[in-house]
Amino acid sequence: MISKLPASLILEGGNLYDPFSDTSVKANLLIHNGVIKQIGKVKPDKLAKVIDCTNKIITPGFIDIHAHFREPGREDKETLETGALAAMAGGFTTVCVMPNTDPPLDNPESIRYIIEKSADLPITIHPIGTITLGQKGEELAEIGEMVAAGAVAVSDDGLPVQNGQVFRYALEYAQKYNIPVINHAEDIPLRNDGVMNESAFSTRLGLPGNPDISESVMVFRDLELADYTGGRIHVPHVSTKRSVELIRRYKAKNIQVTAEVTPHHIGLTQEALREYDTHAKVAPPLRTKTDTEALIEGLLDGTIDCIATDHAPHTIEEKEMNFIHAPCGMIGLESAFALSHTVLRQAGASTEKVIQWLTSKPARIMNFPLNGIEENSPANLNIIDPEEEWEFKPEHIHSRSKNSPMLGMKFKGRIQQTISGKKSFKS
Amino acid sequence: MGALQNRHLIGLEHTPAEDIQKLIDTGFTFREVLERPIKKVPSLTGINVVNLFFENSTRTRISFELAEKRLSADVTNFSASSSSVAKGEGLKDTIQNIHAMKMDCVVMRHPVPGSCLQLSRFVDAVVVNAGDGTHEHPTQALLDMMSIQEKFGKIKGLNIAIVGDICHSRVALSNIHGLIKMGASVTLCGPPHLIPVGIEDLGVEVNHNIDEVIEWADALNILRIQRERMGIGIIPSVREYRDFFGITEERLRNHKKEIVIMHPGPMNRGVEIDSSIADGDQAIILDQVLNGVAVRMSILYLLLAQEEEGGH
Ligand SMILES: [Zn+2]
Repeated sequence: MISKLPASLILEGGNLYDPFSDTSVKANLLIHNGVIKQIGKVKPDKLAKVIDCTNKIITPGFIDIHAHFREPGREDKETLETGALAAMAGGFTTVCVMPNTDPPLDNPESIRYIIEKSADLPITIHPIGTITLGQKGEELAEIGEMVAAGAVAVSDDGLPVQNGQVFRYALEYAQKYNIPVINHAEDIPLRNDGVMNESAFSTRLGLPGNPDISESVMVFRDLELADYTGGRIHVPHVSTKRSVELIRRYKAKNIQVTAEVTPHHIGLTQEALREYDTHAKVAPPLRTKTDTEALIEGLLDGTIDCIATDHAPHTIEEKEMNFIHAPCGMIGLESAFALSHTVLRQAGASTEKVIQWLTSKPARIMNFPLNGIEENSPANLNIIDPEEEWEFKPEHIHSRSKNSPMLGMKFKGRIQQTISGKKSFKS
Repeated sequence: MGALQNRHLIGLEHTPAEDIQKLIDTGFTFREVLERPIKKVPSLTGINVVNLFFENSTRTRISFELAEKRLSADVTNFSASSSSVAKGEGLKDTIQNIHAMKMDCVVMRHPVPGSCLQLSRFVDAVVVNAGDGTHEHPTQALLDMMSIQEKFGKIKGLNIAIVGDICHSRVALSNIHGLIKMGASVTLCGPPHLIPVGIEDLGVEVNHNIDEVIEWADALNILRIQRERMGIGIIPSVREYRDFFGITEERLRNHKKEIVIMHPGPMNRGVEIDSSIADGDQAIILDQVLNGVAVRMSILYLLLAQEEEGGH
């Protein structure tokens, strides 16, 4: 649960890791009224509460550039407030929320609404505006006004912009405002009525398949358009080997492209659907081991820039529907670090590298300030035990929705405490 | 422990070959019962069976109902509207109703793959899959195999071809699982884009040339081509389908060989099969219908009668 931070707090004996400069230093930390007052040698203070951080890593709070908080419109699934709680529980102190709400965030008024409504929450919430009016893929939304109101990017996430001309306009126009254009990459006719990855396994389950090319065909179009227009695209939730290879090729040509991968696309495969578990139904769908390996390789060689959750809450009633009709999506904030850390450490990445994918890398994509832990700045940090082994259980979920296929999974690495200004979340 | 390894019949993918054989053999016993003047046995007296149909399938429902009545079970029929399926509603409420009605067995037909497995996890009753979309239709495959065994005296070593739109078929998968387990060789034949991705993983061959397949096969299981799929860019025309995949009188005459013709019904005469072939000597389509009742009796008997005996 979220609690108030003690007026004076000393973090003792931890390793301070700055992902922006990729440097580690052993130092104590004095936090006073939610502000970092001293780093290094800290004078003992009888009134201060001391947290022993021996063998722990202290990092800036995580940044998620892809989450669905469902407000306005589907507050039964998540609100800005419950989403913020889930974020804190997962170590995220900055979250970008996608605009596919009801109504969608397609105008400056709704952008301001999110910013005002989340002002008092313990985390920073940055809204993303839509690319097109009503996410219909037809007419451009007021991108300039939305950016002026505080939108940090534009996306019709959930719905791809099918019309190439509309997407070309968006890429050309958004350059003026220096924001990334994020296109949920799926060719809808190719996806057809697919509900899982098309493969021998979907054939066995008798479920309509969504082929990996429905993603890569759209990624290819977007890369070509970015190349042609000089615009900046960000590819969300990359799920296939084919897309990784395309992005790698275009990055080598210095096209302005960045990409993210979700923890579930590197940590789970289509095998999770063996018993028709609707919690593992997601868009894009969970793919094969070949794909997860390519995604991890993509992260390791920099083809994929960062990790983002695509936290997508749905009610129990919706997820209790049959496999065809249950909605796509899973929550991810609470398990994101631990799942990613478990998978990526096994693949040879360091804990520090995983932290970069959750802090400095997404910050660069969104043009956020590149500040580590500094004196006289608000405390905004995680205390991480990289070695703790634990099982993900229902009580670890703080989202209003509980749709996670990760329940019961064993993780290595755990966030002990998250501090955001005057608020703290202890696990 | 019942007479079979699994408590439910969800699909043949997870049914062992011994159980498939036992289901077929017991089917022949009940086939004899069906030939008697009094076609009824008291095996399931006092057992409550509900036929739960979320989509129209008169033939399958009647076959089950007949099997249940011949076994003296108490039968309830329940048809849900297809609009509730379209909205994704129904399953949970249905499950609770089944609990309340204290049913011993649910025979379910549902258009969504995986529905029967979902159901089996939430009810105490024994679940029999009467077709869950394009996933499995185990009772159809069992009656097909029973008919093959009746005709040839065996299944092992036979060459069986399944012809048509495999992608959208509700009977192909169960037939493939069953036939492969029983030692038959299976070839699929149909328009290339209507053969599902990765189907070879199940141990089948694919050949798009129907004349080569006819030369190879001992029996053809011909699938229904849904007229809805004609002329909407999936199957260009009836004429073209018949020319390249149709089991026409002319085509069979050219082959000058004995071949057994099967069809799970309902048939589109003049589309995937000529009327004269369907009604001809080579066809065992009507035996399939009778065996359908017999094998469904066998399934219900082995799942339910034995369970009672074992349980008390
Ligand atoms: Zn998306």
